[in-house]
Amino acid sequence: MKLYDGGKIIFGLVVFIAIATFPFTFNMVMGKGAKAPEPKTDTPEIQKWAAENNNGKKECVEPREFMRAEHMQLLNDWRDSVVRDYNRGYISNASHKRFNMSLQNGCMQCHSNKKKFCDECHTYMSVKPYCWDCHIAPVEKEETRS
Amino acid sequence: MSMDRRQFLKIAGISSILGLGASVTSAANLSLKQGLTPPQVEKNKEALIAKRWAMVVDMSKFKTEEDVKKVVSACHQSHNVPDFRNQDGSVNRKDEIKWIWQAPYERAFPGQDNKYMSEHMKEMPFFVLCNHCDNPACVRVCPTKATFKLADGITMQDMHRCIGCRFCMAACPYGARSFNWRDPRGKNPNGEPFIKNENKGYPMRTKGVVEKCTFCSERLSEGKIPACVEAAPQGGLLFGDMEDPNSAVRLIVTNKYTIRRKPDLGTGPAIYYLIGGGDHA
Repeated sequence: MKLYDGGKIIFGLVVFIAIATFPFTFNMVMGKGAKAPEPKTDTPEIQKWAAENNNGKKECVEPREFMRAEHMQLLNDWRDSVVRDYNRGYISNASHKRFNMSLQNGCMQCHSNKKKFCDECHTYMSVKPYCWDCHIAPVEKEETRS
Repeated sequence: MSMDRRQFLKIAGISSILGLGASVTSAANLSLKQGLTPPQVEKNKEALIAKRWAMVVDMSKFKTEEDVKKVVSACHQSHNVPDFRNQDGSVNRKDEIKWIWQAPYERAFPGQDNKYMSEHMKEMPFFVLCNHCDNPACVRVCPTKATFKLADGITMQDMHRCIGCRFCMAACPYGARSFNWRDPRGKNPNGEPFIKNENKGYPMRTKGVVEKCTFCSERLSEGKIPACVEAAPQGGLLFGDMEDPNSAVRLIVTNKYTIRRKPDLGTGPAIYYLIGGGDHA
């Protein structure tokens, strides 16, 4: 089989592929958009809690992997339990500690960095939970820590 | 292998029973794994618990305008209720959000007034709020179960589920429900926020949901009595368990003369108004 003008065609194909995949390759090399955000759990409140209650070890309501995957389901279950059954305390499956089932008075008391902790991932994943249409977000502290 | 009809039916029947059983047990396992099993959640130890919460209102205890204002502002402050006033300071009847407010006798108790009753009674404003009915019309019509009865008699609502259809507002004979026509987080033309001094421990609402008095269920679960009762002068608003024969509310309702709003509608309101209370009641 003979490819007429093979050199030109292959060159053209290479140029085409380079241009078509440019947004992806550019992003991989230069861009920040593709980098998965890392939610920060280093607020002073968390460090204080860890020092006072857990020998300096940071620990959430449930293990990190569970919270990453299931926090939305957990929050939904909490809401139903609080609003419909007056339950306010949640006993952790993992640590058997008791936590206050509340977004404003529970979660955000420790995770006082909503922008770093909630928004970064949600923006990255392009999910728009409507929590903060009603719930009052904690006041963002100035970023003094680098 | 040949099989007769009888054998075939036996095998098919047994295997379908086994299959059904397996799917039921695996579904049960799945729900155990994913849901919150009951022992994982608990009530606060200090929570106030009753069989049937109810309130007695004795308007004779409210001597001044100040007493009245304190009650309304205590409620609205603690629940982040927005103040959608007109620019000139007058009440905006359409947008207004009301949890507890005042109504004259003829409005609060229509059909129970007569032309010979005292001016005092006619003019006196009565506190009105959600009646937390035994048989609430709002709960019957809610298409999403956003509003529902709690076991202790409170008519509660879950703002997350409210789709803003306003059926409950049409159904409620007491006008106890208000719709958020505007965003409560906004500002009035003078640049003041609709919610001043927000309570950081309680959420706000959003545009497009209906809200009303919750009998302070969030305070009850922390062992506190409702905010309005706390702010009222001694005996003005009484709160307690109507099913407890020795509670303050029950003693008054049993021994004195009380009326309720529109009882003939059959909703079974739980707010009782003490008539002829006076200083020594």
